[in-house]
Amino acid sequence: MNALRVLTPASLLLALAACGRAERHATAGADSKAPTWPASFELGRAATAAEIEAWNIDVNPTGASLPPGRGTYEAGKALYAEKCAACHGAKGEGMPPAYPRLVGAEPRDFSFADDFTKTKTIGNYWPYATTLYDYLNRAMPLTQPGSLRPEQIYSLVAYLLAENQVIGQDAVMDARSLPAVKMPGRDHFVPDDRAGGPGFK
Amino acid sequence: MSDESGRISRRAAISATAGAVGAALLARAGLVAQDTPASPATAPADPTKLPGMPTSALGGRSPFVHPERAPTGVLSGPSFTPLQELTGTITPSDLHFERHHGGAAIIDPQQWKLVIHGMVERPLTFDLEDLQRFPSVTRVHFIECAGNGRNAYRAPAPGMTPQQVDGLTSNTEWTGVPLSLLFREAGLKAKATWFLAEGGDAAVLSRSIPIAKGLDDALLVWGQNGEPLRVQNGYPVRLLLPGWEGNACVKWLRRLELIDQPNMSRDETSKYTDPLPGGKARQFSFEVDAKSIITSPAAPLKLDKAGWWPVRGLAWSGRGRITRVEVSTDGGKRWADAELQGAAMPKAHMRFQHMWNWTGRDALLLSRATDETGYVQPTRATFQAARGIGTDFHFNYIRGWRVDGNGAVTFEGRA
Repeated sequence: MNALRVLTPASLLLALAACGRAERHATAGADSKAPTWPASFELGRAATAAEIEAWNIDVNPTGASLPPGRGTYEAGKALYAEKCAACHGAKGEGMPPAYPRLVGAEPRDFSFADDFTKTKTIGNYWPYATTLYDYLNRAMPLTQPGSLRPEQIYSLVAYLLAENQVIGQDAVMDARSLPAVKMPGRDHFVPDDRAGGPGFK
Repeated sequence: MSDESGRISRRAAISATAGAVGAALLARAGLVAQDTPASPATAPADPTKLPGMPTSALGGRSPFVHPERAPTGVLSGPSFTPLQELTGTITPSDLHFERHHGGAAIIDPQQWKLVIHGMVERPLTFDLEDLQRFPSVTRVHFIECAGNGRNAYRAPAPGMTPQQVDGLTSNTEWTGVPLSLLFREAGLKAKATWFLAEGGDAAVLSRSIPIAKGLDDALLVWGQNGEPLRVQNGYPVRLLLPGWEGNACVKWLRRLELIDQPNMSRDETSKYTDPLPGGKARQFSFEVDAKSIITSPAAPLKLDKAGWWPVRGLAWSGRGRITRVEVSTDGGKRWADAELQGAAMPKAHMRFQHMWNWTGRDALLLSRATDETGYVQPTRATFQAARGIGTDFHFNYIRGWRVDGNGAVTFEGRA
């Protein structure tokens, strides 16, 4: 990495001008490899609350960022037929490989490594129910991404989880109930234990 | 296209750049060749007897050269790099493999911005000029799709080419800013342990990345082989995590959120996880382990005569430099060290070569890579025992090419 080789008067002025901001960088995570660089290049601007809110759509397993609203199996069933079935099939059987199968409880022993014809589904593989909300919200339907309202997403989640026999058809999905759903695949995931060197894992 | 008599078509005359008076005059005189691909390609009988093409705004390939990706034609599918048609290590930008999840997004660079927020002292927004005013670095790295080699593992077929076997890896000279510099500007809070990288494409693709990678060698890149990124590689800016699976190198990057636990996005749970025997699946398996493939001789090449043939290929490791590539021509009974061509760069394609004197008898060509950690590319048997036939990603076992007595070359996926 090339540093500014010479600390010119101009860069000194820049460094001095940056002092206020530089001092606040005491807790910064990374050290520059170039000692002549200022603590801050003073580029960019403060992000506004509005622009963060507009893009801050992720929903993690705590469900803390889930919006208000609720969804039911019946509403989800109608929405699925309207918005999802064309690609993923009337019963969630999918059209692999482009449009994955969504529904299927088998295999229940997570024996996917034994046979690649065993198809991963929401019900037998996905470890977190919140992922369904996150993904439908950002990416589905394929031709109208980002078009679903919170109640529609909650309803589709309720329908898909019930079709996968994870919850009952009477379960209502909302910001409280969705993160509490325990997915069948949840405890089957392990961290990466590969680390290079001799041997194969 | 000029034919052998030196006449020139109207199309060729027009393509010789409107407004270039000299060229137009030459064209009217029927005196220029042109580079528009035509089928079948032809060339003047004696190129020394008529002027060549005028200068042009954009260069084209020879009309005799037609490398192409193999696209699958769907918004969420891959497009494979023709490895058997490439030389050296750099993948031409228009042949870099593709894997999109909602199509290739068109982004207006004037509208583009990057927001860094979450567990930071100072949430910041950068436009493209801001980003490009940071000190930049230029490095050569491969990107490999985690699913590369899946078809060859599950359903190996003799006619498979290197493109079909392993065409979801490409190698590029990237230019960009170290992510650690942006983290320094934003100031990471102590509790930040991961960051979410999110694209501005129709999939709004998101991946959770451990903070250590961001502080190590992660880059935000805008340059690809000397020019702005191609649309299909995330123009104007993508995340590059050297040595890590391509899906995590988020394209059309628009947001980085510092977080204290992974988001468990779709592409780090339901996809890009590795089923293992015993009812388990490995998660956050980012690193690409050492791997190699012979790209020549390989299908569909036919060796038309016995004698000396170069066995050439590519080797790479997401954990550092390739230190050794061995080649066997007898199915693994004996191995010879191949020549490693050029300086070994970490997390980059390495070209290897082994000169082979083919006697005209049946042969089975294999390559085996070793990286600087001492990791040796496994056999299929070792790979399959550890991962299972149903595993889904990171296929890096040894593959081969059979040469029969007639010189026909076919893929051998079970060597």
